[in-house]
Amino acid sequence: MKLWSVEPEEENKSKGSHEKPEHHSDHEIALEKGSIMNLKTIGVIGIGNIGSGLVVDLVLHGINVIAVDVSEKSLETARNNILQTARLAPMFTKNVPKLTRDQILSRITFTTNLDEVPVCEFIVENVTEDWNIKKPIYERLDRIAPAGVCFGANTSCISITRISSATNRPDKVVGMHFMNPVHMMSTVEVIRSDRTSAETLVAVNHLLTQLKKEAIVVGDLPGFVSNRISHLFMNEAAFVFQDGIATADQIDLIFKKCFGHKMGPLETADLIGLDTVVRSLDVLYDSFQDLKFRCCPLLRKMVDAGHYGRKSGRGFHVYPNPEG
Amino acid sequence: MSANDPNHVKQIIRNFINDSINIDTLGDDENLFESGLINSLFAVQLMTFIERKFGFEISMDDLDIENFKSISATAAFVAQKSARQGNPNVSLQK
Repeated sequence: MKLWSVEPEEENKSKGSHEKPEHHSDHEIALEKGSIMNLKTIGVIGIGNIGSGLVVDLVLHGINVIAVDVSEKSLETARNNILQTARLAPMFTKNVPKLTRDQILSRITFTTNLDEVPVCEFIVENVTEDWNIKKPIYERLDRIAPAGVCFGANTSCISITRISSATNRPDKVVGMHFMNPVHMMSTVEVIRSDRTSAETLVAVNHLLTQLKKEAIVVGDLPGFVSNRISHLFMNEAAFVFQDGIATADQIDLIFKKCFGHKMGPLETADLIGLDTVVRSLDVLYDSFQDLKFRCCPLLRKMVDAGHYGRKSGRGFHVYPNPEG
Repeated sequence: MSANDPNHVKQIIRNFINDSINIDTLGDDENLFESGLINSLFAVQLMTFIERKFGFEISMDDLDIENFKSISATAAFVAQKSARQGNPNVSLQK
């Protein structure tokens, strides 16, 4: 697995790039004045499953994106997914524009270089749910991004207070838990840490208003509201499947047809990615030291076997390969 | 084998859907969306498959759910699209 490079580029080392730029963006000035101003460029760090979905939503709402990931291969995979989803989105989502490939690509800069994001007015991080990966990225972002830029942590479970501690701007770090498919979801779980400022929540509101979404602002403990509860459902559904008392289809159908949910817990786990679900359960278990968050052994075994769900073509359900 | 053989195209589409959805019978005219058989995530996969299998791109003008609402509608769309490209016997991509 290629690791994130969080060291400055060679050419920048002699330019003192560790110092925070003094530059104040138009957006920062607007925030200070209390006025609303449309954001023009957003940095998206990590464009896997959920990060790609966010890029699609930003592009569909006319916002330029600097999209950063760890390797050219990751960027290529994301580029293809983003193009297909953004092109076909108007079929299923009202009030989004029909865009050509060229129009979509003209709004996105794909790069493996984290140093390209300081031009962004807001940065959303979506990298792997692993503190050892996230921490150095936040430390690096804190060094290179202008002082007024806010960081949205699109994390599944890691505490926003903990994430903010990796920066010298804890007041400007906020949790933004987007759900997939991002462009079809009207609401975002926003997490305010003990140190997130009111101004940062205003900045979040500006961004979500542009995306025609609303926020539900909650407090900060690992897993927040959504994943602290939903991962218990998904984990227990995996235990039920492991115990052999129902098929995956039956488990999901009970949630869909009896409870009226749009998706069952195993379908949802497949959509999120079973690797991410396992990592999130581990974070919840480590954080609360509560046995109710112990990961189902079958779930971990499936991840070990490379069955990550929809993105790998197989999880609790099988997904045909569009290349077929 | 060509994209304007409706029965063959229907079978290809049916196979792709059956690979994902556990269903005993799927009628040619059954509305895939209204029946709840497929959701928007799968629909994007299906449309991506159609583009690659039949070698054309779904354009902005084609983004109408009527074109993909059933196996029959999708097969008719594939035939029409192939003909519109001036190549009614477009070979199926491997």
